[in-house]
Amino acid sequence: MARMLMKGNYAAVYGAAMAGCTAYYGYPITPASEIAESAASLFPKLGRTFLQAESEVAAINMVYGAAGSGQRVMTGSSGPGISLKLEGISYCAGAALPCVIVDIMRGGPGLGNIGPEQSDYNQVVKGGGHGNYSSIVLAPNSCQEMCDYTMKAFELADKYRTPVFVLTDGVIGQMMESVTIPEPVKELPDKSDYAVYGTPLHKNLVNSIYIDHDDLEEWNLTLHKKYQVIKKEEVMYEEYMMEDAEIAVIGYGSVSRVLRTAVDAARAKGIKMGLFRPVTLFPFPEKEIAAMPGKGVKHILTVELSTGQMVDDVNLALAGSIKSDLYFRLGGNVPSADEILGKISELYGEVK
Amino acid sequence: MKKTMLQKPKGFIDEYKHKAGAEKDRTHYCPGCGHGILHKLIAEALEDFGLVDETILISPVGCSVFAYYYFDTGNFQAAHGRAPAVATAASRANPDKIVISYQGDGDLAAIGGNNILQAANRGENIVVFFINNAIYGMTGGQMAPTTLEGQVTTTTPYGRNTDTDGFPIKMSEVLSQLTAPTYIERVSLHDAPHIRKTRNAVRKAIKNAKERKGFQFVEVLSTCPSGWKMDPVKSMKWVKEKMLPLYPLGVYRDLGDDAKITTRPVPVMDPVAVWEKLGISAEADVDFPRGDVAEEYRKLSIRVAGFGGQGIMVTGQALASVALEYGYNVSWLPSYGPEMRGGTANCSVNIQDGQIGAAEAVKPSMLLAMNRPSLEKFEEAVEPGGTLIYNSTLIDIEPTRADIKVFAIPITGIADELGNTRVQSMVNIGAYAAITDMFRVEDVIALLPKLFKGKKQAILDLNAKAVKAGFAYVKDNFK
Ligand SMILES: Cc1ncc(C[n+]2csc(CCOP(=O)(O)OP(=O)(O)O)c2C)c(N)n1
Repeated sequence: MARMLMKGNYAAVYGAAMAGCTAYYGYPITPASEIAESAASLFPKLGRTFLQAESEVAAINMVYGAAGSGQRVMTGSSGPGISLKLEGISYCAGAALPCVIVDIMRGGPGLGNIGPEQSDYNQVVKGGGHGNYSSIVLAPNSCQEMCDYTMKAFELADKYRTPVFVLTDGVIGQMMESVTIPEPVKELPDKSDYAVYGTPLHKNLVNSIYIDHDDLEEWNLTLHKKYQVIKKEEVMYEEYMMEDAEIAVIGYGSVSRVLRTAVDAARAKGIKMGLFRPVTLFPFPEKEIAAMPGKGVKHILTVELSTGQMVDDVNLALAGSIKSDLYFRLGGNVPSADEILGKISELYGEVK
Repeated sequence: MKKTMLQKPKGFIDEYKHKAGAEKDRTHYCPGCGHGILHKLIAEALEDFGLVDETILISPVGCSVFAYYYFDTGNFQAAHGRAPAVATAASRANPDKIVISYQGDGDLAAIGGNNILQAANRGENIVVFFINNAIYGMTGGQMAPTTLEGQVTTTTPYGRNTDTDGFPIKMSEVLSQLTAPTYIERVSLHDAPHIRKTRNAVRKAIKNAKERKGFQFVEVLSTCPSGWKMDPVKSMKWVKEKMLPLYPLGVYRDLGDDAKITTRPVPVMDPVAVWEKLGISAEADVDFPRGDVAEEYRKLSIRVAGFGGQGIMVTGQALASVALEYGYNVSWLPSYGPEMRGGTANCSVNIQDGQIGAAEAVKPSMLLAMNRPSLEKFEEAVEPGGTLIYNSTLIDIEPTRADIKVFAIPITGIADELGNTRVQSMVNIGAYAAITDMFRVEDVIALLPKLFKGKKQAILDLNAKAVKAGFAYVKDNFK
């Protein structure tokens, strides 16, 4: 059966396996542990490497070693574990190494809890670690997308030689849906221009240190240019009932699913509401959001499972053209569609 | 003879092209520093064994951060303390290569303490060269974990005080407590005879690595004239007089021919083989023909709730699994996070055509309540016109809603009659099939081996009976 009922966390690993990922390095954490568990079950069947590292710090540095060795490699974690990985992710970005990191967000700060939140947005989307870098961030909202976007993450990582995040929350990681497994990749990209194999032909150097100030400035500008290309080429988003929408609700991950239900309910009441769902968070679909007021959108409500992290990007895109609003729930609580509609009528009561 | 001695080993790059600045023919190390000597011994060994082209070297953070300037090998520069983790992955990716983790004492024994411990404990097939110079050289002479008692450094200006700073860590002794390492030796660079012994240890470790003999660890007592603020000659003397008594030289582990040879699997990459190994095949995906499902059951948002242990999750997953085989889009979400409080387990299942929105059945169109607390908790939320199925064996109160369809079914009782309470889940599925006309009993039974993978035929037969019994109860008792 290519079609299976499986958890989002499992689907990510199937996607990785189909993408030709040959190594998984990770450390368990709820609600991401099934990623490590499914890699532990699938990868040995394929003669591929699964290693439970001693910490997230070790895991990401193993990812650095594997990526520098030319492998497609993945790790998975959640909030506290991602915080620990950030130094290593910065090293990967600085050495231009492709890798895939799955983050199944949980409640914070500190130990927080294992309920779904979206409060890793800033540490994931805004670089997070030290230095001038950004990771590409894909935000799936279904189990099928967990599989497909993890696969895509590997392509993007290799295309731009950069870390790519698959960012979602505990709801998507823990839920089960039908997933149709894509066909495995037939060919992997040639990495002999940078990967270290320990052969006479490829005495490459994997490195992020540039002692000379001019050299480091130049390298940073090279990275900066890469991010500009990514911003131009790789934006992904999804719209639902946006054609004639006067109210746009914006959300990603599991929130976008609730918002979709809310849009259906709103439309049933004759409210012209639509959903805008960023699929890539870096690059952020800023142009599309900036264009909304010109297309008849009068009100924009961003809904997040954080006190407002993505909303900063929404407002940057809008550049003050119209005032936008924010609604959020925290600590593992997820808003219901009714709750969203209540907020809509509270804020924009006059809208029909 | 003399000429040969002065030749640069071929393990080094001819011209240090990666090195910043003009002086591309000399190292960045200070006069009298031990790093340079150890570099040379490694480079010579690689040349002599013909391994220069088969070696991957990991430079750490510390004075040897620039080791990659010099070695004509494949090179990584790693984060502070993480060289063993990087080496682990490089070795797993290239199992037949010599992978060298070159580290200082701050790098290895302080920030990277756990990384070296765990790599050693896994018996990674790597060589670790550990420069113990009792100080942080690179950052200007701060205390290292190996700093001697009373030793003055920039962060122990009154001398290392063991009451507050602890004692010097003896890494060779620590690692020799582990089972996996193959070879551990402590050597020193303080005079020519000892350099010769160091040379032997370096060569032994590299040779072992070539034979894939697992984890090799060579601790090298070394001078740091700049960090110690001593001239090179005095530094040599200081190693001999102060360090040797504390850090006894010698072999701490040598498994010799008893060392296990490292083997690693070859990754399966062929697309056909990948699917085969994982048991995936597109051919099995044929939808069952759908029955005549009433309008109200074509887009279902179901809450299944009961005690933990009542098969709540299994019932929900089975609903989703079977519906999937009729080509419906399905989702299953376990009670998760705060919902888990209070001893009731519940899950949400969506079954419909088209894209599924919110996964949680906040306002379910169907509630399957297996115990009283679940009925009390979720009845109110059921959509008007929705359906309630409740377990009348355990629920001794009447539902209050008049605007929903109610099916009272003695689910636990039916299961018990079959001789096993645990088949409640399949009684549920049978009842659901009868109410909605969504599943045919024979289809569900055909799927049982898939739903209960690896279970004995007797268990499958019992569950088949349960499906039939649930189905029959509804057909017999409701019109
Ligand atoms: C995360 C991190 N913390 C601190 C540093 C600063 N730092 C660079 S080298 C070093 C000490 C290295 O000492 P050691 O490992 O003993 O090597 P040596 O320089 O003596 O050869 C430190 C603390 C760093 N680069 N990264």
